[in-house]
Amino acid sequence: MYATTIRGTSYRFPDLKTLMAKATPLRSGDCLAGIAATSAAERVAAQMALADLPLSTFLNEALVPYEEDEVTRLILDSHDRNAFAPIASLTVGEFRDWLLSDAADEESLRALTFGLTSEMAAAVSKICRNQDLILIAAKRRVVTGFRNTLGLRGRLSSRIQPNHPTDDARGVLASAIDGLLLGNGDAVIGVNPASDSPEQCYELLRLLDDLRETLNIPTQSCVLAHVTTTLQLMARQAPVDLVFQSIGGTQAANSSFGVNLALLRESREAALALNRGTIGDNVMYFETGQGSALSANAHWNCDQQTLEARAYGVARMFDPLLINTVVGFIGPEYLFDGKQITRAALEDHFCGKLLGLPMGCDVCYTNHAEADQNDMDDLLTLLAVAGVNYVMGVPGADDVMLNYQSTSYHDVLAVRRMLDLAPAPEFAQWLADVGLTDTQGEMQRQAVPASFAPLLERA
Amino acid sequence: MVDNRPTPLDMISKLRSATPARIFLPRAGAALTTRATLDFQLAHAEARDAVEERLNAESLFGDMSSRGLKVVCVRSAARDRRSFLLRPDLGRRLDDESRERLKSAGGDYDLAFVIAEGLSARAIDRHAIPLLEKTLHSLDRTSWKIAPIILAEQGRVALGDDIGETLGARLVAVLIGERPGLSSPDSLGVYLTFAPRVGRTDAERNCLSNIRPQGLTYDEAARKLLYLCSEARRRQLTGVELKEEAETLASGQLRTIDEKES
Repeated sequence: MYATTIRGTSYRFPDLKTLMAKATPLRSGDCLAGIAATSAAERVAAQMALADLPLSTFLNEALVPYEEDEVTRLILDSHDRNAFAPIASLTVGEFRDWLLSDAADEESLRALTFGLTSEMAAAVSKICRNQDLILIAAKRRVVTGFRNTLGLRGRLSSRIQPNHPTDDARGVLASAIDGLLLGNGDAVIGVNPASDSPEQCYELLRLLDDLRETLNIPTQSCVLAHVTTTLQLMARQAPVDLVFQSIGGTQAANSSFGVNLALLRESREAALALNRGTIGDNVMYFETGQGSALSANAHWNCDQQTLEARAYGVARMFDPLLINTVVGFIGPEYLFDGKQITRAALEDHFCGKLLGLPMGCDVCYTNHAEADQNDMDDLLTLLAVAGVNYVMGVPGADDVMLNYQSTSYHDVLAVRRMLDLAPAPEFAQWLADVGLTDTQGEMQRQAVPASFAPLLERA
Repeated sequence: MVDNRPTPLDMISKLRSATPARIFLPRAGAALTTRATLDFQLAHAEARDAVEERLNAESLFGDMSSRGLKVVCVRSAARDRRSFLLRPDLGRRLDDESRERLKSAGGDYDLAFVIAEGLSARAIDRHAIPLLEKTLHSLDRTSWKIAPIILAEQGRVALGDDIGETLGARLVAVLIGERPGLSSPDSLGVYLTFAPRVGRTDAERNCLSNIRPQGLTYDEAARKLLYLCSEARRRQLTGVELKEEAETLASGQLRTIDEKES
């Protein structure tokens, strides 16, 4: 039982997950689940009670039962008490103050990584304003590598997302080339296949690998098929750089995605054995998003933001190259409008970074959400200030296969210019070598390098 | 001497037609040019309008009745558009009055068609009757006992489970407006469920998606739907297990449920 009294009114919260849910800034998904605060005052009361809670509480009271959930077991069993020691005596509120203080610098935040559990990160995010989420996250860079170095300070990378409604090879290639000409694609060239047929995925993998090899691009490719499909393709020697999988914050949510921890381990081992990375061995690519557990009825009456942070607790055990929250894809019943989408994205980025993940974000919305491209402009800028590792580059921001809007190749250019950010160093060098950027690193106009000719002739 | 070989730029423009994606857009500095920006705004405005539009049940009822179709109108428990968007559970359930009306139309049916606006009334306005007529035309009415057509306001896919169960139908096909994309504000989907009853999961359905003249045509969609209906009846199931075979035979375009509209 947790309680607080404000001006004579007492508020009671029967357990930790209720307290966490009621302390969560308003969002439609928690309302849909019936666990949100019932008034604005109750929400702040919960935040006050949460702020007074010792961080160590989260080591003693599990939100999802330890015995029934392998994600809870993973999070608690991997907790590092030595790393936790510097903050062990703090309350959640004191922890926020510490995170904002000069004592929390790049080094101390890195040292803290495995001393934090997902729930601790979620709890402190709930009492942070958006500004705090940005300010704190900006201190913590997470650097990963495969064929290039991602996540360095002063860099912003992007995924080329060249989806096509029928996986047409020339159509995918056209979108990918467009992205390269605009300096995108250093995070990954990654296609969501329209069909989950292994044959089709194999063809796409070969197409992307051929593109990368022909142009000698220091980047990686990925076909975002289910992990079982990718395992099957790896067994057939398909050119798999990264293993992709959507994951969630409970065992049941992962079940609904058709995965478990053992399967993720197996796929990582298989990808490592291919030994395709040149400068690093981060071989996993995860996607997540608030609301996925609730939509699978796998949420244990926990709020969606805490469960999202628990998905990061899963992800970090697999040393991913990339992870992004697909924040606005799920629809207005989980995140209603631009304001809720923005808040959720900043929370996700913050929690992910504190937990040691190379966070990216699909800054996006669907057409039935109360949001538009202006909201995405705002969010993209905020995330870039917060130091997000990468965002999506979708031609014209319009994904013609998944039917939602994200950020465009042009948006990536604009934000890089606004905030003086550069692509990954190896990729930036490639852009300069092939003549796509000038000596200042600015994109050239109308430049289609002669080195693209052999590829285009085949297309 | 003139060099007539195509430049990389020429070769690239040839790729433009390979995808409906917004590729090779002109830029002004690091941003899009005015025209490209406004084109995008227009597409988004159309998609937004499509989401807000409501099914004109009265006119559709008249239209279908005049074609000799027996029609019953129902509503989901979602009272307005906002609650439809925020409370998917309400859009999956009949309101009480509709349930009573359906009970009195109940019977021993092989197949029930449900027409629901979902997230695009425009898709229903444009494509529901043409697809329905093509499908009904090819159904052998001596072996298929068809329920009255159910016209459902504020309905989601799973409303078909409640309707099918209440009617006593062995198979239900829900024709529904899909979530509008920027380039497709009027896409129609069909979801087929064997032995419909409340609580069926998406994995137990089969789906035809992107039905509109620029996507999956009426003829193709009707052909695939008929195939799925007879296979569902023969094998007494729908969903993942039905999909695999059907995919080989009907060559693509068949998917189980994506998360577009459920």
